[in-house]
Amino acid sequence: MLLEFSIWLSETEWSIALHESLYLYPWIESAHVLSICFFIGTLIFVDLRLMGLAFNKLSISEMNSKTLPWTIFGFGLMVLTGLLLFYAIPVRTYQNIFFRFKLFLILLGGINIFLFHRQMSKEGGKWDEENIPRSVHIKASVSLVLWAGVIISGRMIAYNWFDCDRQPQPDWVNWAASCMIELSQMEDF
Amino acid sequence: MDSGQLFFLFDRMEQSFIGELIRNSIWMFPVIESVHLIGLAILGGSILMGDLRLLGFILNSRPINYVINETLVWLKLGLVILVSTGIPLFLSEAIKCYYSRAFWIKMSALTLGLIFLFFIRNPLCLKTEKDSFRFRLVGIVSISIWATVAGSGRWIGFS
Repeated sequence: MLLEFSIWLSETEWSIALHESLYLYPWIESAHVLSICFFIGTLIFVDLRLMGLAFNKLSISEMNSKTLPWTIFGFGLMVLTGLLLFYAIPVRTYQNIFFRFKLFLILLGGINIFLFHRQMSKEGGKWDEENIPRSVHIKASVSLVLWAGVIISGRMIAYNWFDCDRQPQPDWVNWAASCMIELSQMEDF
Repeated sequence: MDSGQLFFLFDRMEQSFIGELIRNSIWMFPVIESVHLIGLAILGGSILMGDLRLLGFILNSRPINYVINETLVWLKLGLVILVSTGIPLFLSEAIKCYYSRAFWIKMSALTLGLIFLFFIRNPLCLKTEKDSFRFRLVGIVSISIWATVAGSGRWIGFS
């Protein structure tokens, strides 16, 4: 179903135009990379604050509330440019295992943020006076690892090592990328 | 140094051991490139926190010198990661860089950015606690230079 949607998307006029554009695609890609600084760059400092490594004069709630608008701004920019990048190359991206892994890591990152915010709203008032609980340190470290993973797997999408049109691939790759082997082999003939 | 000598130098760097090593590997360039991007997140985030404060957009309840000072060690960490991954990336494709306009724009902007950062922005901002119009100017200049560095860096890959 998603594959059919990607194929349909790839045949739309604007998708082809974007894919073949000389300057627009690189510009969108650059904006996507630069928004890392807004999204992950500001998020890093909240994590560092949670670990007691930066901005320790600020309470956690102040650090979080003052930084969050910029993190959300960066995230919005990343999603917007990311959707356009997907729109330019739908089928290949949909079947790319790094893309799939990246989405999985983003999901985990989102869950981690949700768990942190739930914990903060419950007991965050006490954190400022006493020490920060260990579970918060762990969430901050998990956050740093996950978002670094998102950057790495995002960069790897560009490489075609595991693309469906490059066969033979190990079974687990074809499974993880949901390659239609018969289809891609038929296209060769 | 004329352009012939410069080309010779770049050619020698491309032939270097590290350059050869990375070119002969499928995965080394992508992996180093990814770490380069993690460096971008750290350096870019550090510069943004400071510059947004200079522009009066973040942590306004705290003095400028406090915000700049808190980001300084992370800024340097980001810079170390970026330079130590950027050099091997360059060595693996020095000739391509020689002919790349984006590469020369990036190197010029980077030089300008480092001079501005360590000789103008930080000395000025670490001294002062009070906001004034000229700090907004410093913030705008800083953001513009570093956006050029990062943006033109991405374009090296397109050329």
